Order: sequence, then structure tokens, then C-alpha cells
Amino acid sequence: MVRHLLFVVAPLIVVFAVLPAVYENHLMLFNFVVFLILAQGVNVIYGFTGYLPFGYVGFFGGGAYGFAVMVMHLHASAPVAVLAAGLAGVVLGLLLSPLLRLSGAYFAIANLAAALAVLHFVANPALEGITRGPYGVSLTATFNPNAAYVAALLVLALTMATVVFLKNSRFGLALQSVREDPVSAAMAGVNVVRMRVIAWLASALIAGLAGGVYAWYVSVFFPDNVFSSTFSIFAIVFALFGGVATIVGPIVGVLILYGVYNLIGFTTPQYFQLIYGLLIMGLVLFLPAGLVSLATRRGWHVP
Amino acid sequence: MLVYALVAGLLFGLYFSLVGIGLNLVFGVMRIVNLAHGDFLMLGAFIAVGVSALAGLDPLFAVPLAFVVFVLVGLALYYLLVPRLQGSVDPEMLSIILFFGLSQVIEALTTIAFGTSERSIASNELGKILAGLRVHVFGGEADGPVELFGQSFPASWVISAAVSVVAILLVYLYLYRTRLGTLTRAVMSRREEAFATGINVDRVSAVAFGIGLGLAAVAGVFTPFMFGSVTPAFGEDATVTSFAIVVLGSLGNPIGTALGGVVYGISYMVVQTYLSSWADLLPYVLLILILLLRPSGLLGRRVRVA
Repeated sequence: MVRHLLFVVAPLIVVFAVLPAVYENHLMLFNFVVFLILAQGVNVIYGFTGYLPFGYVGFFGGGAYGFAVMVMHLHASAPVAVLAAGLAGVVLGLLLSPLLRLSGAYFAIANLAAALAVLHFVANPALEGITRGPYGVSLTATFNPNAAYVAALLVLALTMATVVFLKNSRFGLALQSVREDPVSAAMAGVNVVRMRVIAWLASALIAGLAGGVYAWYVSVFFPDNVFSSTFSIFAIVFALFGGVATIVGPIVGVLILYGVYNLIGFTTPQYFQLIYGLLIMGLVLFLPAGLVSLATRRGWHVP
Repeated sequence: MLVYALVAGLLFGLYFSLVGIGLNLVFGVMRIVNLAHGDFLMLGAFIAVGVSALAGLDPLFAVPLAFVVFVLVGLALYYLLVPRLQGSVDPEMLSIILFFGLSQVIEALTTIAFGTSERSIASNELGKILAGLRVHVFGGEADGPVELFGQSFPASWVISAAVSVVAILLVYLYLYRTRLGTLTRAVMSRREEAFATGINVDRVSAVAFGIGLGLAAVAGVFTPFMFGSVTPAFGEDATVTSFAIVVLGSLGNPIGTALGGVVYGISYMVVQTYLSSWADLLPYVLLILILLLRPSGLLGRRVRVA
């Protein structure tokens, strides 16, 4: 565990801490950090339990609005509001935990529907007094991109530590045994339900915190921005592309795919959409276990 | 106002049944989650726009065209994608991701070809070849609204609902009165046993997949009239709505979808009338509640929980 923290997590955080000093596109760096967090958050739930969170963005958007509501109505300071954003993620996760009773595709679709329900709830004109409805929020009081970037790095470190823990602990091993065969795992004494819920809430907390720091960084946003299905989809695709249930897989996925996105994506998003659509299809058909499976197939050990 | 909401809900509901039935056929036969369903709907709508704007014809001509084109597309896609998918570890889960990728490809290609602007068709274009017949049956003017139960509705709604009823009846006849339909039902209920008794499961599935996409495209022809306009991004919402309808009727039971659509349509219109700002929430909340409370749907028997 120490080895993974020292040789994978620490270098990643250090690199992203130093980069703003030498590279001027801070927004892009920030987005890289956000997608690293989200891809690892997907990894926590999909990689270790097999539940595909198609509506993962629900927690992210919920966190962003948790942050906004704290700042607008309670005049909270930004760090407190980020914690509240994480709490918003956990509360949403608790509300949605009955969905874990569903299996496979049913869970994925119900989760997608849940994210859209949260979006339409927040964007409802009837709630204008609380969330500003569809008109968007503007948070000038807490605007501070540098501090928000540091906060994002902290959230990333926390997220990575969670994945390292899952990868190296009995808890993580038990979770993976549940993913492979819930019945045998239960017979071996694993408390299936409680463990799934813990992983689910951890992953909701991660996305909620990510939404909070995102709201802090951008400070002006609309419901459609922070609930854009792009966040769920990118996070899932990045994690799958690299390989889930590993520490480095999602990192590799984000660095390669989001790198490609930034090279071609901004001017002609539909071309990137075409490419990643084809990429997803190719991935499922030819490399369902991700890039790292190319290495593990040769017997190399991948953390 | 209640009568209006109920009748409009019924008209929309019949149309929604058609929206969902293809999705359910594909799931029932193949256990494949077609997350690109809404995008085939969107493509059907673009065929209608093309037939109307480019050829100047009644969009009703787009119905057979869309059906035939997308049955062929479905057959081709089936043999391209599905056998490889069925051989993988977890076909149901991977199909979600695979067809999500397909939906992105379709949306991107449509955006590249047609841009992101909204397309619509004037409502009186639909059914103009039937105008004489319509005046004969309902009275009134050739391109005016239609009177039902003392309320007037756009003629395009009534035509969409009527075509949906015909399409659903044809699906029923296909499933219960043809040989291929009997084989299809056999594959639906026991895939392995059907395979063991020598049924060509791949051929049956490919036809069902083609018909499923064809029906989606036919439903799409009416989308510009039911929702006012269509854009390449329309697919995603349409997919989730379709799932809500299908789950409501029960997954894997295509005829149940007819009921699911009507229940959905009526509840949508009633909420729209009395609580309009919450109507957008309905499909999602309904979907979640039904999955949690009655995962087998209104007509289902099998329960799908872990």
C-alpha cells in the first residue's frame, strides 16, 4: 500500500501541483484533475463492485449545487461549502441506495434516470428561490481559481488513497469477490449489502466533492453544465479505456483520451464525439478489459 | 380540461407505445440494451424531414421508407456487432456501453451532416393525401384540427396515434400469427432451449433486431409533429423516455408496451395540465419507482433483482 502511495499517487499529485507554474492553460489542467477524480470515482464503484453508474454526474451536479446553495444562502466559506458538496453527494447516494437492489442493465438505466431526475428537479423554475432554476448561478463571493485548484488536488489525493486502499485491503478483495460471485462471497461470510453500500457512498462522496470544487473554480454555471451527461460518459469511458479495478488504469485513460480530446475537441466537438463513439465500440468488441489488459496478458504486474 | 388531458394523453400514449415497442422487442429477444434506440427515432425524424422538405411529399410516405431502410440497417448491424458481443463475459452490461458508443457515432454523424439547428415540419403537411378521407370521417376542414369528444386536437396527433395502433397490431400479428413470430417468441422465453431444438437463433434475432430498429424509425417519423421539432441531440432523452415506457409495460413483453405507453401518455398529459413545471421529472421518477416497487412491470411475472 505504501509502495503504491509513494510511486503512483505522490508523483501524480506533485506533477499536477507543479504544472500550473510552467503551463498557462490552467482551466485545462483543472479539467484534467476533475476527470482524474471522476474516473477514479467510477473505478471505486464499477471497478470494485460491477455496478455501472451511468448517471454518475447526478452526484457531481448535486455537489456543485450543494456548494452553490451553501454560498448563496448561508454565505458559507468555500472550504465549508466543498465539504457540504461532498455531504450532498452522500445524501443523494443514500437516497439512491435502494437502486443497488437492481442488477446489471437495470441499475445502469435507473441510475441514468436518477441523474436526469435530479437535473430536472434543480432546474425547475418552481425552485428559482433556492437553486435559481434554469437561470444558473453566479458565485462572485468565493471566486478563487488558485485555491479551488489546490482543493481539487486534495480531493484527487483522497480519491487515489481510496482506490489504493481498495486495491490493497481485505475490504477491497472482498468487494471484488462479491462482484465475481455474490452468492459464494456471501457464503464465505462477506456482508454483501453493507460493503456495496459503503463503496457506493464513497464513490458518491468523491463525485460530490468534485462537483463542489468544480463549482468553486468556474463560479458561473447552469444546470445543463454541471449535469451534462458528458461527465458520466467521459468518466466511464476513461476508466474503462485504461482498465478498471486497477490504480493506474483510469489515470492512463484520462491522460490519453482527455489529451486527445484537447487536441481535437474544442473546435469540432462532433468529430471527437464520433471518434470516442467508435473508440467505445471498438473497446467493447476487442478490448473489454482496457489498455492495462494488454500488459497483464503478458504477465506484467500492473498496480 | 380533464377530458382534454385524458384524450390527448391517450393519443400521445398510443404514439409512445410505438416509441417503446421496438426497444422492447430487441431486449426481449436478444437481452441487449439498445441505448441507441432514441437515435434511430431521431434518424426516422430526419427521413420525414427529408421526404417533406426535399421531395415535397406527404411525410406519411416516410413511414414505409424509414421502415424498410432501418430493417436493412438493423440486419447489417446485427451481424456486425451482436455475435461478437454475445460471446463476451457479460453481454447485457457490455451492450449498454457498446450501444451507447453507437448512439454517439450516430449523433456525431448526424450533426456533421445536418448541423445542430432544429428541424420541423408544418403540422398540416402530415396526412395531406388523406385530407378528403378525413373530412369524410371527422367533418370539418381539410387541414384544420380534428374534433374528438367535444375537444379539438391537431390532426397530426390523431394520425400518429392511428398509425401507431396499426403498427402495434401488425407486431401482434407477426408474433402470434406467423411462423417466424412463433420462433421469435420461443427465443424470447428460452434462448438456450430454442437453440437446442434447432431454431436458427441468429436469424430470428437478426430479423427481430431489424424490425425493432424499423419500428423506432417509424415512430421517429411522427416525432416532429408530437414534439414540435427535432435535433441530432434528441436521441438521449428519447431513449430514457422509451425505457420508462418499456419498463412500465414490463421488459421483454412487447404487447405490454402498448399498455405502458398509454399509461405513460395519460399520466404525462395529466401532470402537464395540472403541475406543468414538474412534468419533465415524470418519466425519470416513474422509471425509478417502477423499477424499485414492481421491477417486473405492470404485466410482468419475472422479477429481476439481484
